[in-house]
Amino acid sequence: MADMIQVTYRDALKEAMREAMKRDENVVIMGEEVGVWGGTYAVTRGLYDEFGGRRVIDTPIAEMGIIGVATGAAMGGMKPIAEIMTINFALVAMDQIINNTAKIHSMFGGTMRAPVVIRTAAGWGQLAATHSQSFEAWFAHVPGLIVVMPSTPYDAKGLLTTAMYSQNPVVFIEHSRLYGEKGQVPQGEFRVPFGVADVKRDGKDLTIVTYSRMVHVALNAANELAKENINVEIVDLRSLRPIDWETVYNSIRKTHRALVLTEDWMTYGISAEVAARIGYETFDYLDAPVERLTQLEVPLPYASNLEKLSFPDEAKVMQQVKAMLA
Amino acid sequence: MTTAVAKKVSVATSPSLEISRETALHWLEQMMLIRRFEEAAEYAYTQKKVGGFLHLYIGEESIAVGAVAAMHPDDDIFTHYRDHGWVLARGVDPKPAMAELYGKATGLVKGKGGSMHFASVKHHMWGGYAIVGGHIPLAAGMAFSHQYLKRDRIAFCVMGEGATNIGMFHEALNMAALWKLPVVFLIENNMFGMGTAVDRASAVANIYEKASAYRMPATRIDGNDIELVYTTIQEYVNRARSGEGPQMVEAMTYRFKGHSMGDPQRYRTKEEVENRRPDDPLNRWEKKLIERGWADDALIKETFTRVDKQVAEAVQFAEDSPFPDPSELYTDILVEE
Ligand SMILES: Cc1ncc(C[n+]2csc(CCOP(=O)(O)OP(=O)(O)O)c2C)c(N)n1
Repeated sequence: MADMIQVTYRDALKEAMREAMKRDENVVIMGEEVGVWGGTYAVTRGLYDEFGGRRVIDTPIAEMGIIGVATGAAMGGMKPIAEIMTINFALVAMDQIINNTAKIHSMFGGTMRAPVVIRTAAGWGQLAATHSQSFEAWFAHVPGLIVVMPSTPYDAKGLLTTAMYSQNPVVFIEHSRLYGEKGQVPQGEFRVPFGVADVKRDGKDLTIVTYSRMVHVALNAANELAKENINVEIVDLRSLRPIDWETVYNSIRKTHRALVLTEDWMTYGISAEVAARIGYETFDYLDAPVERLTQLEVPLPYASNLEKLSFPDEAKVMQQVKAMLA
Repeated sequence: MTTAVAKKVSVATSPSLEISRETALHWLEQMMLIRRFEEAAEYAYTQKKVGGFLHLYIGEESIAVGAVAAMHPDDDIFTHYRDHGWVLARGVDPKPAMAELYGKATGLVKGKGGSMHFASVKHHMWGGYAIVGGHIPLAAGMAFSHQYLKRDRIAFCVMGEGATNIGMFHEALNMAALWKLPVVFLIENNMFGMGTAVDRASAVANIYEKASAYRMPATRIDGNDIELVYTTIQEYVNRARSGEGPQMVEAMTYRFKGHSMGDPQRYRTKEEVENRRPDDPLNRWEKKLIERGWADDALIKETFTRVDKQVAEAVQFAEDSPFPDPSELYTDILVEE
């Protein structure tokens, strides 16, 4: 294994992009404020100076255009990284993503490819209803896309490197509240494969299936619960399409209890699919119904107190776990 | 001053309408109120009383104040998220406005929207919208309702120059022109969309020229000249109202603060910002009033004192107001039927 260094989630992502750009002249980054500004979350900071405006391209505010152009360039043999500032703005580009990017390969009988990497940020922070949404399920719903949502700097770099080598379109969803998160990451190129979940904590009493920022909420809660002799296992899905079902099922076959924890809404959300599959595939192993903890089903209000109530937090997770074990 | 269309359009090069001293002083007070309101908001943000995004309008106040004065009070305004100035210019009480920034139950929209979503329907202020370009078709749609229902109202749509690069802008302009809708599009060109200078994002440097593709009368003006804003907007609003179809005005201005709070502003130098200071619309108007003998230093000071008191009361109101009750989470999601 290469030497490990301590880096932030933000810098881990940047390193993966830098390495890809150094390796492959066909890699370009395009998006709003990715160049001179250095990325609104500073993920691309320094890349404009290093690679120049020909390869780190500030675009107009035109999400539909950005994705369409990046997809067309990918069809033309390039390997573009298209940054959509936040996942909320991906709605403007949805037709391109779903009807073009995701379909090019299958609709034309495998004769074409569109290996574009769409990087975008989920997250919230008193940004109100249109700027605080969790849309991962919208993308994960669609055959023809790969959807990943890393929780740690290690996974962020490894998955982005895999995306940079992939021949498929990848929707790479970061989280604005994780950019400062630090962790050990190997120096140089390494890959985390798509469709492989990671057990972030071993336990025997109950499995929390989660991903992205909620992994950290689950870990904090698990550490508290351990003081009360409750041992929670945490499965970080990392990829939402494809999902590593075997790792999920194996964990539940061991613990017999499953809580699905997500930041998106419950109805038709990621937790709906995960809970349904667990219920079907591990029915004989379950000692309790599969439970779900998600964002409340409300358009996110601005007021800080209401916003805080909307999301699962450590206290809610602990309460839910205890209720399931009672 | 140029027009983008073949159709003859007379363009205001100098104020043609007489403005009374009383009006002039009212505009001064409104600009001061917006300025002080936002300075207080900025301070409250640093105290963590206000969160999320806070897009300040400092340096652009003459546009909202001059334009609102040129409209009828029941003309319908839609704007982007840089909306404080528009709401205050429309005469909305600063108390619920400040309370909205604090996320309090007494806010303009009950603390649910925050800075980017100020609105007051009774003031025909249909809100600030935070997805760039998303509100442009809404304004066209409001204009459609006016036309269909034969109302004597127009819709007024405010956006930054950055928004003219998104598809929604072009779709809305085409429909508005096709159906001759009574809508005026106002572009506040503050030179940057976040950190991207106009000519780095738009193939057409003169934004108002984009209107010509839709055969829409358009002009560009100095937005920091409040009288020019007033006279131009009045002319364009009148034309839209009299059935001549959609109109566009590009008001040139400059944003003195960062795009939102916490903008490192790597895209411009401090000198550039300082060089624009003499163009501050509030100072310009103060000077002009003194030149005309309509105001003196004492009067200006007195006006500031009045405005400061009003803003202090708004802050106090926001501080004293309760947060929304947790039950508010589930209200207003669907209309009760
Ligand atoms: C569809 C969409 N893309 C990106 C953003 C992020 N964003 C918010 S404001 C802004 C710049 C807008 O600039 P401009 O229209 O010139 O208005 P200004 O802020 O200068 O008043 C951007 C890119 C957004 N809110 N919506």
